[in-house]
Amino acid sequence: MKIRSTASAVAITAALALVVSACGGGGGSTKKNGGDTAEAPASQYNAGVTQVVNPSTKTGGTLHMGMPGDFDSVDPGDQYYGYSWNFSRLYTRALTMFKPVPGEEGLKLVGDLAEDLGKSSDGGKTWTYKLRAGVKFEDGTPVTSKDVKYAVARSLDKEILPSGPTYFNDWLDNGDYTGPYKMKDKLDSWKGVETPDDQTIVFHLKKAYGGFDYFAMLPSTAPVPAAKDTGTKYKEHPVSTGPYMFKAHELGKRIELVKNPNWDAATDPNRKQLNDSVEVLLGQNEDDLDQRLLSGKIDIKINSTGVGANARKTLLTDPKVKQYADSAPLDRTWFTNLNADVPPLDNIHCRKAVMYAADRSAIQGAYGGPDAGGEIALSLMPSKMTGYEKNDLYGVEANPGGDVTKAKEELTACGKPDGFSTTISFRVERAAEKQTAESLQQSLGRVGIKLEVKGYPQGDYFKLYAGKPDFAKKNGLGLMVYGWGADYPEGFGFFQQIVDSRVIRAAGNTNLGVKDPEIDKLVDQAAAEQDATKRNAIWASVDKKVSDDAFILPYVWAHGLFYRPPTLKNAFVSQNFGMYEFLTLSTQ
Amino acid sequence: MNESAFLDVKDLKIHFSTDDGVVKSVDGLSFSLERGKTLGIVGESGSGKSVTSLGILGLHRGKNAHVSGEIWLDGEDLVTASQEHVRRLRGRKMAMIFQDPLSSMHPFYTVGDQIIEAYRIHHKVSKSVARKHAIDMLGRVGIPEPKSRVDSYPHEFSGGMRQRAMIAMALSCDPELLIADEPTTALDVTVQAQILDLMRDLQREFNSALIIITHDLGVVAELSDDILVMYAGKCIEYGSAEDIFYRPEHPYTWGLLGSMPRLDREPTERLLPVKGTPPSLINVPSGCAFHPRCPYSDLTDGQSKAEVPALAPTDPGHLVRCHLSRTQRRTLWENEVKPVLETQ
Amino acid sequence: MLLFVVSIATFAIFFLVPRLAGMSADDLASRYVGKAANDQMIHEAAVRLGFNDPLVVQYGRFVKGIFLGVDRNYGPGVEHCPAPCFGYSYVTQNPVLPDLLDRLPITLSLALGAAVVWVVFGVSTGVLSALRRGSFFDRLSMGVALAGVSLPIFFTGIVSLAIFRDQLGLVGDVADWVPFSEDPLTWANNLILPWVTLAFLYAAGYARLTRAGMLETMSEDYIRTARAKGLPERMVVVKHGLRATLTPVMTMFGLDLGLLLGGAVLTESTFSLPGIGKYAVDAINNNDLPQVMGVTLTAASFIIVANLIVDLLYAVVDPRVRLT
Repeated sequence: MKIRSTASAVAITAALALVVSACGGGGGSTKKNGGDTAEAPASQYNAGVTQVVNPSTKTGGTLHMGMPGDFDSVDPGDQYYGYSWNFSRLYTRALTMFKPVPGEEGLKLVGDLAEDLGKSSDGGKTWTYKLRAGVKFEDGTPVTSKDVKYAVARSLDKEILPSGPTYFNDWLDNGDYTGPYKMKDKLDSWKGVETPDDQTIVFHLKKAYGGFDYFAMLPSTAPVPAAKDTGTKYKEHPVSTGPYMFKAHELGKRIELVKNPNWDAATDPNRKQLNDSVEVLLGQNEDDLDQRLLSGKIDIKINSTGVGANARKTLLTDPKVKQYADSAPLDRTWFTNLNADVPPLDNIHCRKAVMYAADRSAIQGAYGGPDAGGEIALSLMPSKMTGYEKNDLYGVEANPGGDVTKAKEELTACGKPDGFSTTISFRVERAAEKQTAESLQQSLGRVGIKLEVKGYPQGDYFKLYAGKPDFAKKNGLGLMVYGWGADYPEGFGFFQQIVDSRVIRAAGNTNLGVKDPEIDKLVDQAAAEQDATKRNAIWASVDKKVSDDAFILPYVWAHGLFYRPPTLKNAFVSQNFGMYEFLTLSTQ
Repeated sequence: MNESAFLDVKDLKIHFSTDDGVVKSVDGLSFSLERGKTLGIVGESGSGKSVTSLGILGLHRGKNAHVSGEIWLDGEDLVTASQEHVRRLRGRKMAMIFQDPLSSMHPFYTVGDQIIEAYRIHHKVSKSVARKHAIDMLGRVGIPEPKSRVDSYPHEFSGGMRQRAMIAMALSCDPELLIADEPTTALDVTVQAQILDLMRDLQREFNSALIIITHDLGVVAELSDDILVMYAGKCIEYGSAEDIFYRPEHPYTWGLLGSMPRLDREPTERLLPVKGTPPSLINVPSGCAFHPRCPYSDLTDGQSKAEVPALAPTDPGHLVRCHLSRTQRRTLWENEVKPVLETQ
Repeated sequence: MLLFVVSIATFAIFFLVPRLAGMSADDLASRYVGKAANDQMIHEAAVRLGFNDPLVVQYGRFVKGIFLGVDRNYGPGVEHCPAPCFGYSYVTQNPVLPDLLDRLPITLSLALGAAVVWVVFGVSTGVLSALRRGSFFDRLSMGVALAGVSLPIFFTGIVSLAIFRDQLGLVGDVADWVPFSEDPLTWANNLILPWVTLAFLYAAGYARLTRAGMLETMSEDYIRTARAKGLPERMVVVKHGLRATLTPVMTMFGLDLGLLLGGAVLTESTFSLPGIGKYAVDAINNNDLPQVMGVTLTAASFIIVANLIVDLLYAVVDPRVRLT
């Protein structure tokens, strides 16, 4: 028995070595390029985070994309994931868009279908956009503001198109209008959006919102011709206004995009049409997809976190491979909520004791270390976001391992000098969260705070457990491991759902217990503020206030570890999407 | 026993190596047989009689079986002949009828197919010709409506019918040597008699040499010209049917006669049973292999334990392998054994 | 009847387990709305999906859909999903049956191709092993067979992809599925790796079964008879020995193939083949009841049909079980 297991261990090790060398060799890529055996150009790790890698204006070829799962939808009115929004810009044009350039400049919104950003009036309750002239659908029909209005209208119907965000449902002055499917022929009576002429579109809001240009960036403002709308089936062939259009969509299997002959570069300063076609393979085995990516058979992997766990090891240990990788900051923070419903955490000093005692660098390790996991978070708001201001209330930068002395002081102030006991919950399927809970158990144990570690299924984590205040209180969930990503890199999109106490409901919460009227007030103020600079300053103060209140213990600003094969051209990380910008990629 | 006999077996030894040791299933057996004659080989199970018959057909295969000695069939030594050559003789020149026709016929093929197959291996004829031959053969072994029965499967036949079919298969190529291994064991008594009659008739018709192998003396009584009694791989008595039935000289043969089932008495009654169990063929008892079971071994002054008795003629053509003197044997038979058997 | 039981069981598991965990109809529905859905949207979804109705009514609706079809509002209009209709996915909103039919050729190609490979290799290895029992070949092939049964397919699959596709470039890209009717050569070239990998798993079992069967059969009386008739050894082995051995092999084959047609879950996932198995995995991961029902019923049907065919073949192969 002993001998046999040794032998098989050897065999498996040998086989693994083969896999690793297969990945590391990168030899496969030469095959594709017809015997071009030239050494791949040298690159630098993280080069793509700040600059365009392999700039090229050559045209032709097919961009091969691969995906471990599927898009939530490719219908622009029915998508929510960053990669879906990133991808849909290949064939649709929303009113505004993030500038497809590397670095902070990429957080800037510019006009896309609209000539420029919106003009607000009525104190921020009315937003007007002028459409560019000469934009056409793939069949040559000119795009009018009515097509945009229809597109926004249909996205209101969450029965037919459930996946997208609800910003337009929540903010537009809709009255009782529920969309063109349930209310046929009532589009003209809908007061939420008006189209005074074919090139002008006006949005009417219930209350002022200064950041409406971010809403105008949502793919649901991309025009949809009412005559071609097929509801739930529109995803089979969304009508294109971008440089590419659908040639084939085998649901769940494959998407093929080809050049849209009616796309005119003159109307679109932000896009190019370098590839002849774009192919997306859906539902790929992740390990195999990573293997093909690393060998250059696939040009780009579509997902939000980069290469999988197995490929990550190869990538970080082999410098020959690592030079083609980027650790991209995401709009996401990993944190733990401190539940003020559960004594003694109702006492701010006890919460602060937790803030000081936590060993954030150990948790960084649990999430994959600085390259694959992310940086140690100083506050809740990710540093890459628009308007971030440094805010290190608990001295994390100096003491990433925690400050035991300060923690003990806070415990004393709380009246629990010997510590206390509580429970920490996490999503049981997530190994990193389990390790986080265990790490906290250890580091808080240093000051006498004893944690009982409890895992719950992630599918029902918010509906039944941590996200259900009654349950959390009854079961004494003092700490709840969690994490949040922004819809777009601006304060509103990040904070509103997790710190505004007014979004708390009976179950299924995204805010796991941040309750401070002052924060609510700041959120309202920020939303209504028309001036971007002032608005950003308010969000920064929200970030500070959350730190002050010690409702949330942030520890990691997430990064994804992405790989760009040496043959991939014009690759860079979009600071907005926290992944490669898809619009510019080409292969020649 | 002269050189010109049709079948001449000389000092045949068939040993098998096993993990427990060498099994000497057949250990120096010699006999001969002419065309048109019948030899009965009798013995308990494990005495080596079936191994002998398979040995003649060359069916002991594999590296564990060691066959030595000589088997002359019509002037050819089968022991030294190539396997391929022996295969060609099998079924054509020599054929075999097995016991238990149900398990000996392939359950998935029709009776006709199995006869056709046997015929066509050795004759280059079309299927339809072979089929006609098969029907003909089935008719000759007494199967009614052979034209329809030819397409039946073995399980659709009764026991007796199956054995007839088996015989038809064996005889399909007019073999000159026919070996029947317990041809009637699996059949009930009335059918046994019919099959034995059939075999006798067919043997006359084909003029083949016939070896009947059985543990039951009753079966060979009617058919055999000569009878060979085997014990532990050796011949212990050989003679004409008359010798064996009326003047048997080996105590083992007496035992067999005593346990012979007869139609006029219950088959379970055994008045002169052979006590004990057949010997292990790996550790054959010293001296006379039969001595542990022999009621008269004490009459040999311990000789029976010490040395293997020789197979010696007691009369012309009547051989016995026993330490008892000829007089002792005849006296015992006349005075002790025969009276007991006759009163039964 | 079996289909009925299977469908009820699937239905019950789907609804009763969450209910036991304390989920309300709305909680259940919250799985099938967007990330940003509010309570009202969730409630509307629950009503639309009929989660508030008694289980019997919901089941009845499902059965009705199978026999009478379903009318479905897709937005701009209403379409009819003709019987047999397994309904629409809660997640992708696509009708289930067309999806399944779309994926069937892939699973069929995978399963049948692999079946040919494993039967040919498994049975011939088994026969050779049995005939050379105890030889080096026997021990080697039985060792390989053991490895075949023991190694997980996601391991052998990924390793073989790395070696044969990426390093040696011998085979096509599995993910580029091409229908047989379009280009049989590319079809086979792309599928050869999944075939072999999957077959490796099964061939082992068949080799062992065949070997055991052959060892038993070759000691049967009728094999001795065949030899006594003077048949050449090859004929004895193939016509008489193998024929009888194949009966249990065939039984296992029918069941295996039936199961596989219901989806070679691991193989399809490993090789990124969008077949029924992959569909099943996604359906279960998404808690997508109509899809799960569709897959389970399809798989169960395949198993039933396979069983039926095996029974019929049984009678063809073995005359003893023929009805008279």
